[in-house]
Formats: sequence, structure tokens, C-alpha cells
Amino acid sequence: MATLEIKDLHVSVDTEDGPKEILKGVDLTIKDGETHAIMGPNGSGKSTLAYSIAGHPKYTVTQGSVTLDGVDVLAMSVDERARAGLFLAMQYPVEVPGVSVANFLRTAKTAIDGEAPKLRTWVKDVNTAMEQVKMDPAMSQRSVNEGFSGGEKKRHEIVQLELLDPKVAVLDETDSGLDIDALKIVSDGVNRFKEDGDKGVLLITHYTRILRYITPDFVHVFVDGRMVEEGGPELAEQLEAEGYDKYVKSAV
Amino acid sequence: MTVATDSVRNALEQSPEKVVSHLHPEGSFEIADHVVPTGREEVWRFTPLKRLRGIHQDAPLDGHSFTVEVHAADGVTAEAVGVDHESRGTSGIVPPDRVSARAWAAADSVFLVDVPKEHVGEEATTVTLTGTGNDVASAGHLVIRAGAFAKATVVIRFQGTATLAENVEIVVGDGAELTVVSLQDWDDDAVHHSTQHARIGRDATLRHVAVSFGGDVVRHDATAEYAGPGGSVEMLGMYFADEGQHIEHRLFVDHNQPHTRSNVNYKGALQGQGAHAVWIGNVLIRKEAEGIETYEENRNLVLTDGCQADSVPNLEIETGEIEGAGHASATGRFDDNQLFYLRSRGIEESEARRLVVHGFFNDLIRKIGVPELEEQLVGTVEAELEKNVHRITGATAPVEVP
Ligand SMILES: Nc1ncnc2c1ncn2[C@@H]1O[C@H](COP(=O)(O)OP(=O)(O)OP(=O)(O)O)[C@@H](O)[C@H]1O
Ligand SMILES: [Mg+2]
Repeated sequence: MATLEIKDLHVSVDTEDGPKEILKGVDLTIKDGETHAIMGPNGSGKSTLAYSIAGHPKYTVTQGSVTLDGVDVLAMSVDERARAGLFLAMQYPVEVPGVSVANFLRTAKTAIDGEAPKLRTWVKDVNTAMEQVKMDPAMSQRSVNEGFSGGEKKRHEIVQLELLDPKVAVLDETDSGLDIDALKIVSDGVNRFKEDGDKGVLLITHYTRILRYITPDFVHVFVDGRMVEEGGPELAEQLEAEGYDKYVKSAV
Repeated sequence: MTVATDSVRNALEQSPEKVVSHLHPEGSFEIADHVVPTGREEVWRFTPLKRLRGIHQDAPLDGHSFTVEVHAADGVTAEAVGVDHESRGTSGIVPPDRVSARAWAAADSVFLVDVPKEHVGEEATTVTLTGTGNDVASAGHLVIRAGAFAKATVVIRFQGTATLAENVEIVVGDGAELTVVSLQDWDDDAVHHSTQHARIGRDATLRHVAVSFGGDVVRHDATAEYAGPGGSVEMLGMYFADEGQHIEHRLFVDHNQPHTRSNVNYKGALQGQGAHAVWIGNVLIRKEAEGIETYEENRNLVLTDGCQADSVPNLEIETGEIEGAGHASATGRFDDNQLFYLRSRGIEESEARRLVVHGFFNDLIRKIGVPELEEQLVGTVEAELEKNVHRITGATAPVEVP
């Protein structure tokens, strides 16, 4: 059971010339088992939306609300949001030198569950999750994301998605920078996550390619800080053929 | 002035290549050749002289306020010998400053750790010096010597409290592999001034490690030079400067022989009001030092407001025929993106900071390569973080990314 509800969300960032509004009133409701795709041109504010949901300190919410099953998400700290069941797969996963993947995953799992995972099953779970995305389990001894290729970083995000098992996953351009094989591997991971049927997915992407492997229930077109159109999977086909031009023009 | 003529004469008497480097003033055994520092001198400008308890002036150095406990590895001798022992002075040390010259004159014995030639041992020799009081200053002289093709590890641990001025000589025989760890685990009110000089034999390797956690003022000045081509030195250091602490590491690698290598890597964390860390990394590549390789790096992690980290790398190159030379220095606060990433996985802020600090030191601790120490150093980092956990979380609560 999980419903993520975003209402009239306005978000700004601090710039040298004062605050700049990036999100200009976003409305979106993701119910149980629904997959929503958000598509939009570069710089339209897709990552801003993702980071704002996760609580990145760079972004200031100036108006609106975000709730998870009716509970105010904006009042929570970053880690509280994660423990409440939100997960953000990042467009640019961060390197943390000196902290091993194994240590990181165990610490995160312990934090999310409120207790340490059982050692024996945990090691197996980690290995399985890594093998499923074709990551060498030996990589768990390396520092988090350090020296990982772009594709390895994205697969590592999916490993975390599988192990931490959130209620709602926000995937910010998890498909970008992947070759076709890696794209299938990552999509399979997301589909396994969706299998339970009660998970929400917000899939942010620039390209329609990933939507051939992960079928969205809804597609939203995002331009200049707001949703400008909503439809079913067929909207993605149309975007593929026509691009964002007509939306970008009408937004100006 | 005799000072000037003496040093000119010395310079002329030595081989013509031995030019005086502007990185390092010419030393002297004569106390009178070293005027009392005022704090304006380049080599003293970072040091809080007032807190040195007069060891840089004329305070007597005749205290013997410490006990020494030795655990010598099989085949290694570690014992006090007379000041006239043949080993003294064999590193080529010439006191570079007044404290060192005074300690040289005041020492009434030499502690010698002697590793016979071709002796190979895994077990570390540990010398623990426990200070028993700091109102009278003490002088010390330590010689660590590894014979040709020997392989050994020597750990010198300082604890308790003292006002200590010491000279340390490290002599690495041809083809030998020596690890020397100086662990400053002092109480908060110790003053420790240490002048270290290492001579690295042909094809020999020295791993020199400084770990500084305790003490009110800790000032270490370590020089490495080579007795033949093919030598290699790795100088590793980690420090944790707390509230009011001054921790200063001055390093000088003198590439005076061809095909020698040096790698300097120091990492420090600072926390609390008035915590001050100083790192000076001087590397001189002399004209004859062709085909050498050198890299030096210092990183500081500033955990709270009110700290100061000074980090000064200097590379002086007199020949163009080198394999590689580089340096890096960086001082920064917590990386907000790292903290965000960890926290977005449910990890609480304080725990995320702990992970980042441990991560910062981990690769260095592994490089030190002394298994007996590894766990202990991780534990010390943990204990340092414990001390300041409130301050750390408090100081940067609203994290703003520009
Ligand atoms: N500190 C800042 N100062 C000024 N503008 C900023 C700042 N941070 C972000 N922006 C702007 O906010 C807008 C939205 O950025 P965001 O990263 O959310 O876009 P995006 O839709 O994810 O783009 P992409 O497809 O390239 O990932 C961009 O125009 C960006 O330049
Ligand atoms: Mg983006």
C-alpha cells in the first residue's frame, strides 16, 4: 500500500542573482502498483523534481505538498524519507571513497529495517542481487561507485533498489548512458521490483527506448517546470515521432 | 658573524653539487648558530612558540620524565647506549633548528634499535615511551638502524604527558626494507618536538609513518635523503587535530641521488575551536638526481567551524631529467553530495558522517601495512569521532550547497 501525492509543488534553487524557480506547480499522484513515466527536454526540471522528493538540501520548496500515504514528506529529513519507503536512483550516483559497497549496503539495510540483516541470508541476497544485474560480486569490496563505469553505477543503483525494497522508487534517467544489453538488465531489475504489484514507480527519462522494456501506465510530458500533457503509453510513441517541439513552443 | 662564514665554508667544502636549498636552511650542531626564533622565520611561522615551554629558547632539557618499555622482535636489539656510540650521527643529521641542536647537546644517552643485516622478521619491534610529567623538559635521541637487506618494522609509541625535544635518526642499509611508525598518542597537554633524519641506502626502501592524535603542540620535522641510487621512501601520515591542538608535520625529501623515488601522503581531520594542522611538504630534486619520481599529497577534512589547516607543498627542481614529479593539496568540508547519497539510503546523518570520515582514512590505514596497528587506528578514528559527535552534527546542521 503506497500512494505518493504531489500537489502544486514549487521549488527554487539559490543562484548568484537570488532564488530561481525551477518547478512551477507540479501535480502528480502515483498509486499502488502504478508506473508513471516523466519525459521532458534537458533542463526542464526533471531531476529537480526527483531531488525535491528525496530532500536534497540544494532545493527549496516554496509552495505545495508531497505526501506518502497521507504523511507529510517535506517535513522529513532525507534519511527519514528513505526509511518511510522512498528511493531515488540517481542520474549521477555519488562516489564515496574508502567506504566499501558491502559496508554501505549493510549499513543502509540496517537503517531501513531498523535491525541488522541476518548475516547468512544477507550475503546470499547481496550476491544474488549483484549477479542479477551482471555485476561481479567481487565489486562489493570496492569503494562505493569509485572508478565504476557509468553503466556499473546505474546497475549498482538497481542492486540497492532490490535490496532496500522501498514502496516508491524514483528512477532519474537510469537508462541514460546504458548500451542495449545493460538497458535490458536494468529494466529487468525494475520489472522484478514491480512484480509485487503494490510498488509505485516514477520513471524519469529523456528517451522512449526504456519504455519498450518497462511499460508505463501513464506518460507525462514535462516542460519548463510543469506537466504539460498526460496520456497512456501511446503518448510515448507520439513523442518518439514528433519530439518535444510543439510543447516547448507552447510553453514559451 | 661566524654563522654566515661557517655555513659558507661548509658549503664550499662539500661537493660542488651540494648547493644550499632555499627550502631548508643549513643546519649546525652549535646552539649559538641558531638564534632564538621569533616566529617570523619561514620555518617557525606556523608554530605557537609561546606554547613550546621554552625549549626553543633556553629552558633546561635535563628532565628524565618518562619511562621506556620495549618489546623487541626476535633478533632485534633495542637498548640505551652512550652518546658516543658509533651509530650516533650516521644518518647524516645536522640539527636544522635550535630545538634540535639543544636536544643534541642535552641528550645523555642514545636509544638504539638495531636490526642486524639480512635479518628478516614479520613481527614489529615496539618501543613505548610514557611521559610522566611536563614541567621539566626532556631531551631524547633515538637511532633506528637496519643493516643491509634486513626487513623489519619498528613502532615508537608516545603516551602520557611530557615536554620532549628529540632527534631521531633512521639509517636504512643497502637493499633493506624498513617501516618506522611514530605514534603520537599523547595526553592533551604534551609538547613534542621531533627532528627526524633518514638516510636511505642504495635500492633500500623506507616506509615512514607518522600518526598524531594527542598532544597540545606536536611539531615533527622529518627529512629523507639517499645514500645511493635506487632508494625509495614512502612517507605516510594521519592526524586528528582537536580543539586547541597544534599538529605540525614538516617533511623534506632531498632527492640527492639518481633513480630514487618518494611518495608522500598525509591525511588529517580537524575538529573543534582552535584546532590547527600544518603540513609542509618540501621536495628538492638536485641536479644529479636524474630519473627520479616523486609525488606528494596532503588532504584535510574540516569537520567543524573554528579550525585551521595550513597545507604547503613545495617542489624545487634543478634537473629536467625526471620520470615524474607532482603534488596535490586539498582542504575541504564534508562533501554534501556524499552525505546526501548515504542519507538517501536511510542512513542517519551522524552515521553518514562517520562513514565518510572512516572512508577518508581507510585507504591510508591500509597502506601503512602494519596489521597490528590497523585495527587500533580504525578504533582511534572512531574514538576521536565519538568525542565530537555533538559538535560535528551541530556545526553544519543546515547544509547548504551553493
Ligand atoms: N544552482 C543553479 N543555478 C541556476 N540554475 C540552476 C541551478 N541548478 C539547477 N539549475 C537549472 O535548473 C534547471 C533544471 O535542472 P534539472 O537538472 O532539474 O533538469 P533536467 O530536466 O533533469 O535536465 P536533464 O535532462 O539534463 O537531466 C536547469 O535549467 C538548470 O540549469
Ligand atoms: Mg536530470
